[in-house]
Amino acid sequence: MTQSVVVQVGQCGNQVGCRFWDLALREHAHVNKRGLYDEALSSFFRNVDSRKSYSGACCVGGRIQRLKARAVLIDMEEGVVNGILQGPLREVFDSTQLLTDVSGSGNNWAVGHLTYGSAYRESIVNTLRKTAEHCDCLQCFFLIHSMGGGTGSGLGTRVLSLLEEEFSDVCRIVTAMYPSAEDDVITSPYNSVLAMRELTEHADCVLPVENQSLVDIVNKISLMSHGAKPGCVLKKDCTVTSGHGSLSPTEKPFDAMNNIVANLLLNITSSARFEGSLNMDLNEIAMNLVPFPRLHYLVPSLTPLYTLADVNIPTRRLDQMFSDAFSKDHQLIRADPKHSLYLACALMVRGNVQVSDLRRNIERLRPSLPFVSWNQEGWKTGLCSVPPVGHSHSLLALANNTCVKPTFMELRERFTKLYRKKAHLHHYLHVDGMEQSIFSEALSSLDALIDEYHQLDATKARLTPDAPRLSIAT
Amino acid sequence: MSVVTVQLGQCGNQVGRELFDVMCSDAEDAGRKTRSTAGWERFFRHTTQGDLEARAVLVDMEPKVINHSMSRAAKSGRWRYGETSHFSQKQGSGNNWANGYCVHGPGHRDAVEELVRREVEHCDMLAGFIPMMSVAGGTGSGVGTFVTQCLRDIYPSAFVLNHLTWPYGTGEVIVQNYNSVLTLAHLYQLSDAILVHENDIVHRICSQLLKIKQISFSDINRVIAHQLGGVLQPALTPDSCGAYSRNPLGELVGALACHPEYKLLSVSTIPQMASSSIAFSTFSWPALLKHLRQMLISNTKMEEGIDWQVRPPPASAGRTRTLTAGSFNTSLANLLILRGKDVYSAETGGFGDSAIYTSWLPPDEAFSLWKSPVPFNKYEKSATLVSNSQALLRPLDDMVRKAWNMFASRAYIHQYVKFGISEEDFLDSFTSLEQVISSYTQLQC
Repeated sequence: MTQSVVVQVGQCGNQVGCRFWDLALREHAHVNKRGLYDEALSSFFRNVDSRKSYSGACCVGGRIQRLKARAVLIDMEEGVVNGILQGPLREVFDSTQLLTDVSGSGNNWAVGHLTYGSAYRESIVNTLRKTAEHCDCLQCFFLIHSMGGGTGSGLGTRVLSLLEEEFSDVCRIVTAMYPSAEDDVITSPYNSVLAMRELTEHADCVLPVENQSLVDIVNKISLMSHGAKPGCVLKKDCTVTSGHGSLSPTEKPFDAMNNIVANLLLNITSSARFEGSLNMDLNEIAMNLVPFPRLHYLVPSLTPLYTLADVNIPTRRLDQMFSDAFSKDHQLIRADPKHSLYLACALMVRGNVQVSDLRRNIERLRPSLPFVSWNQEGWKTGLCSVPPVGHSHSLLALANNTCVKPTFMELRERFTKLYRKKAHLHHYLHVDGMEQSIFSEALSSLDALIDEYHQLDATKARLTPDAPRLSIAT
Repeated sequence: MSVVTVQLGQCGNQVGRELFDVMCSDAEDAGRKTRSTAGWERFFRHTTQGDLEARAVLVDMEPKVINHSMSRAAKSGRWRYGETSHFSQKQGSGNNWANGYCVHGPGHRDAVEELVRREVEHCDMLAGFIPMMSVAGGTGSGVGTFVTQCLRDIYPSAFVLNHLTWPYGTGEVIVQNYNSVLTLAHLYQLSDAILVHENDIVHRICSQLLKIKQISFSDINRVIAHQLGGVLQPALTPDSCGAYSRNPLGELVGALACHPEYKLLSVSTIPQMASSSIAFSTFSWPALLKHLRQMLISNTKMEEGIDWQVRPPPASAGRTRTLTAGSFNTSLANLLILRGKDVYSAETGGFGDSAIYTSWLPPDEAFSLWKSPVPFNKYEKSATLVSNSQALLRPLDDMVRKAWNMFASRAYIHQYVKFGISEEDFLDSFTSLEQVISSYTQLQC
């Protein structure tokens, strides 16, 4: 089996990452009853015996001594990382995996990308190399950061291009948190657009997540739990609506939202960690869902978001799960995929679901979903037999859909509103190495991306005939 | 004479294990000594400890499926795979033909060739190779094509019969049509003959004939194994002069693939039913053969829902034939294999009728008949028809059409270019397959 490394950058990245490790440990604890360090665990954790001499690494099959996460934690201010090191997860990370500074990036992409990027280049590359060396067969880097701040968006994207330089054949999947319109960071549009260009050029796949959608989902869950229907009780002990039963007794703010993103990562890697009848490896995700190199923004949608406490799940519920995955309430960005054009779609199912259930639901939903003309049957499916904690099954849908276009257009709007007035521009231009041309290039990259999606959208209304076939001399 | 099977990728390894299972139990059931020895000898060898080992090499780019197949085989207690006859890596081919063909294949060439060489050395006489794979994924299709090429290079006088599993039309992998087109185009130059099973068809057999409610891949693989076993188990052929054939692959290829443009073979078996019903059914050769002949000419793979209206066209019908005109399936060549009771009294004249064949091959060249008095796989009487006909024309055309539409917009091409396959290579493959489609379309008069 292969290994993956998680690189968490900035405050948001580290908080989400922290939730991910918490949930991953809980999930493995639930499944791994015998305390053996198996292949599934080794995909995200090292097993270290500190009594052994050289580096203490233990092979698969032995008892669990001490699990260390395959992670690199980067932040330019110490608060969050220190919090992690004092919290219940301190055993999972060791000091060689951390990279911190004191003063932060001041919500300035240029500071993160250029100043810290150059200053810390050596140590970042060294830490990454060491983490990669601990892996038998490294398949994927998961990068987690926000787009609106300075460290996450600036230094995070710098790390992304370093990953491409140093480990060009390892897949790079980025989970990027996009700011909502009411974001309190004024310069977040600048930071986001500057980072977008890096993501378009250097990432293999991007899973965009919008804060506003997460807020909506969390609100819906609390509405359900505060008795929409009498007698409905939400299951407490599941990984989705964690907090209860997690390692820390009190739930911090943003925890509920970060949990959802952490679940996204758990589910995407489930087939790589656990067995199933139709395995879906991480490199297959990029292969099947990215038809053109720049169009690699995949809209995630996760079901179920909560489980009612009744144990019996009739088939109707299973079908409901598939329908939910395509409704706009479950998307992690505010978008309406059903009314845009699907380029490709992947369904990763966990739990006790059979191929026949999968086929039945695809056939049921297929007529209502507009697919691009050259990919009418464009479904990639994966079945993993281990369900998430507290649920009997779950579904993650990743869609490469033109519905991301409005999100990007809105971002562009907010950017130009500031850029026209040259507001706050001097903060960026003062940074060593930053020029105005970087802004204009980032903007034109975003324009080109929006245009590509637009071209594809335009084909939606037209009924495209089959391409004329090659004619052979007979 | 012995056959070495090379199982490639998840599908190849899963189907292969079912196939060896079927052949082992069939050889056990075959009471008569000569038939039994021939059955063991062809696909198995006895180790010094008296265990039965399959003459097979297992190749996959990730270890889970091979481990599973090997342990299932060993658990059966009747046969197993050689301890060292397998090769796997840690990371799969990512559903990418180019990754399989250009990177993994050459990268592991020496190791795989060594395994094959060792297996061949155990054979007294090598009858040929059967590489087994699917065309939709990355390893089976890409590495499989590369390995077939190596076999061709190293053993130029051995027969190579590829067994391919074609995926469901509605897809499990988005780029399956690309992978299929690249595989078929290359194999056409390398293989002696290509034997095809389609998941869609086998799925229907499972649901409508075998009445299985929740169909799993094991069910599908078992049907494929049954059909393949019916072809590959020993039989008395015209060339073998009263003994069980010692050159099964050569004779099969000779009977069916007489022209380099026509290499696609499909299989039909009759009867097929749930094993619980077998004991309560009676079979007669006239009924079985009548149904099988109609299945052939109306292009159905099941003995239910046959269209009895389809008839061979009258001799005066026009020269040109389009893909859609009529539902009559013209054959180039047919091989009928009868197994079981009273096999010598079976009347097979219907298959020698020149009306069902293309005009430029005389029926006594086009039709071959093999027999074995030993019943196969619990059926008192069974007939297997291996056919070189237009049966695969429509699925092939659909596959090429979908791949071409995708290619027209250049979707996913960068993923292949990344590993060394260019647009030129794609165009070459499309051209070869259009040629194949054209040849089969014109197969009449």
